[in-house]
Order: sequence, then C-alpha cells, then structure tokens
Amino acid sequence: MFVPCDRGGGSAASDFKGFTLLMPAVSVGNVGQLAIDLVISTLDMSKVGYFYTDCLVPMVGNNPYATAEENSTELSINAEVYSLPSKKLVVLQIRSPFIKNKYRPFCEALLSWVKGSRYARVVVLSSSHAYQRDDEQLLGTPLRYLLTPDLEKAVGGLMQELNWKEMEKVAAYPGISDTDKVLHIPGGGITKLLFTESCSKGIQMAVLLKFCSEGDNIPDAFVLVNYLNEWLQLVKSESNNSTDSSSQWKIPSSWRLLFGNGLPPALF
Amino acid sequence: MATFFGEVVVAPSRAGLDEEEEEREETPEDRQIRRELEKKREVDVLWSGLAPEPWACSRFVVAIGRNAAAFLSSFILDSVCWEVVGVVRLWNEWCRTSSATNVLPTDSFCLFYRLISDPTVLLCQCSCYVAEDQQFQWLEKVFGSMQKEGLQVTILSTCPLADYKTQESTLTLASPFLKALKTKEFQEQVCCPLLEQPNIVRDLPAA
Repeated sequence: MFVPCDRGGGSAASDFKGFTLLMPAVSVGNVGQLAIDLVISTLDMSKVGYFYTDCLVPMVGNNPYATAEENSTELSINAEVYSLPSKKLVVLQIRSPFIKNKYRPFCEALLSWVKGSRYARVVVLSSSHAYQRDDEQLLGTPLRYLLTPDLEKAVGGLMQELNWKEMEKVAAYPGISDTDKVLHIPGGGITKLLFTESCSKGIQMAVLLKFCSEGDNIPDAFVLVNYLNEWLQLVKSESNNSTDSSSQWKIPSSWRLLFGNGLPPALF
Repeated sequence: MATFFGEVVVAPSRAGLDEEEEEREETPEDRQIRRELEKKREVDVLWSGLAPEPWACSRFVVAIGRNAAAFLSSFILDSVCWEVVGVVRLWNEWCRTSSATNVLPTDSFCLFYRLISDPTVLLCQCSCYVAEDQQFQWLEKVFGSMQKEGLQVTILSTCPLADYKTQESTLTLASPFLKALKTKEFQEQVCCPLLEQPNIVRDLPAA
C-alpha cells in the first residue's frame, strides 16, 4: 500500500524503524486532520511517499503547504506520508473519507504497514461528538488520551505528570447499572477500531482526542496540536499563556477560503 | 438536524462511518448481500480488435463527463479516422451503460477509440458517472491492459463554476475558463494556468 517517492534518498529515506508515526482519524470536525496539517506545515516536512489504496475517495490538488510560486505545483493526493528524520517523526495525512465497507481493510493494511516498518509507536489524533458527553465530561478539559497496554508501560507515568485525563469507558447498556464498561468514541471514525486492534497486536499506540462539534474547527485543531506538543515537544512552547499558543504553528496556504468565496459586490 | 423546510434529516458524519455500521458484526446474510451488490457493481472493460495485453499506447486522452465527451465528439472524433476498440459496462445508482457502441449523445456510455493511422493513440469518452467504489476498479482494468512506458495521459473534465474557490465572487469571473494539474514527469508546456490552492479535483479524474 505504501509507495515511496523516489527522491534519490534510496532506501534510507523509507527506513522508519524506531520512528514515531503521527496520523489523524477522519472524525467529527476533521480536527485530527487539521491538526496534522499544522504539524506538517510548521515543521516544513518533506513528502516521502503515499498510499496507493482503493479504500479512500480519490482527490487530487496542488501542494497544500505551498509557500511560494516555486513549490506550489507539486501534486498532492488523498493519503500521503511526510517525514522529519531529525525528530524521528513520520506523519501520515488522510484527506478524504472512506469508501463504504472499506474502512476495515484500510485499518488492516495500515497496521500491517506499521508493524512491517517497525515504528516505535503510533499517535492518532482524533475527536468525538461533544453532544455525547455525560454530565461529568461536560466539566473540565475536553481533551482525552488513550494508551495501549504496551505504551502504558513506557509513558503512563508521563501522562500522570502532565495531568492528562484518560478517556472514560461507558456502560455497554446505558441505564442498566450492572453492565460491563466499554470504550465508545462516537464520531471518532476508525479510532476505536485502530486502538482495539493495536491492543491485540501489541502495537504501541496512543490516541489523543478532543470533544467537539462540527463548525469552524480551526480553534479545536490548535487546542489538539498544543495538547500533542505538551508530550512530544515538536515545537518550543513560546509561553505558558494559552492566548499565545497559536502563534508557534504555521497555518498552511490551503486553509484559505474554508468557508466560501468572496461576496459579489452586487449583493449590497 | 432540522433543515430550513422543517424536515429532520440525519447529517452525514464527517467521520465517514455510521455508528450502526461500525458496531454491528456482519452476519452471513449481510455478507451474501454485500457480495451480490459488489458483483452487480463490477466494472467490465470489453476490448475488441486489439493485440494481446499489455498493448502499446503512446497517448491516451480521457474525456470524463458529458461536456468533455461532447467536446471530443464535436472536434476530434469521426468515423473515418477513429474506430471503436472498447467499451465499459457498469451499473450504479446513477446510470447503467451497456456494451452497445452506437450510442446517442444523451445516453450514458464509456467508449474507447483508436486512431486508425496510429494505433497507439487512444481516446476514451466517459459520459457515465463512475461511482466512488468503482473508480479504482475502472482505473486498474483500463490501465492494466496497456503498457505504461512512455505513455502520456491527458484527462479532460469539467467542474461547476460554483465549486471554484477564489478570493473574489465567482459571479464576476469570466467563464468558462481552463485550469490544469500536471505531474512532475510532464515536461511540456501547459496551455493554461495551473489550478490554485485550495481547489481540488474529485471522482474519476482524480483517481
């Protein structure tokens, strides 16, 4: 499924052993994908390949991270892989939804690629419907994390120090008190499937998610990417003041006109 | 979600998955139905009079959509220089094509033509809609039959002006206008400006 770009780096360019794979789930508000756009754009990551897959709706456009005329003409498609070897970071960006009944084969192929490439760990950025929160979840932080048992051993302590909140399990049958508690991530797309599969396959995976609703999800993306940064320290935190936190991330040029074109002057 | 007209509709989730679809395990009957549907939605590419696959192809022009197909009919195709060498048969919710090669412009069809004087030049007129789950199949079955060394592919398609994203309003734009996307390997001069961000191309042309 993964097709490397031939950039003259040869096999070295696609050696991901020990790297961290960061990826989004296509989820409510597209928050994970927006956050990933911020990471790729800010860190000026280079494309190292793409996924040739029949599982995602096709799309193509010119370089979404273009900063000038010269670098604006590279084609970009629905699932691409970027890398920053200095931080041992690889980022997958997914730009279109799944074709019906294809999300399971995609997850299988993805996790098989993860194992084959010998990534040290996978971090999934996702979101969940804000309206599905219970009374307790309505209070406090809208951010949650999940760790597979293998990763829990490695970084569980760090999460405690950061004072992060683990995603709560919910009753399998709401209203009946004695039932088992299960993981439920409404609006999270393939997040739950990826997480449960990783638990059973022994893959070190973390999920970072935010409760949100559809709308202008740019602020949600900033909150999520700053949450990620508390752990992975991808960019230097300018200050502890949250109002300054958006300045360290670079918005990609493709975010222009997210809410439509200019208005016709004749309207007024 | 309540719409302007007061009816309640279920908004499609951006997550791309329905909750029920995600939670429910597939029963044997579900699997059977799914397989039957997949079979019904299979794309068949029928070639005639061609050399054994993979055959040599130097230029392949694909016109997708009624406007692009009409352009080829009006300006390029004629019965003297071009012959029909293939047809795509498919079905989806929007259209059905058959293996007939004498079609009317108002029909849904997908035909392949070869230039008689240079049989490595191929044209495709695809006026039918190829659904999301069929696009990859179309691609593999069509391109799978041809040699890709030295092949130049040109895709012609149209998009509604209302979908074009630009700083000013689309009402003031002089239309129609041309935009292009090209791969790095395409070294020739492009006859029109390149498609600017944040515009994208979808469906079969994107595939």
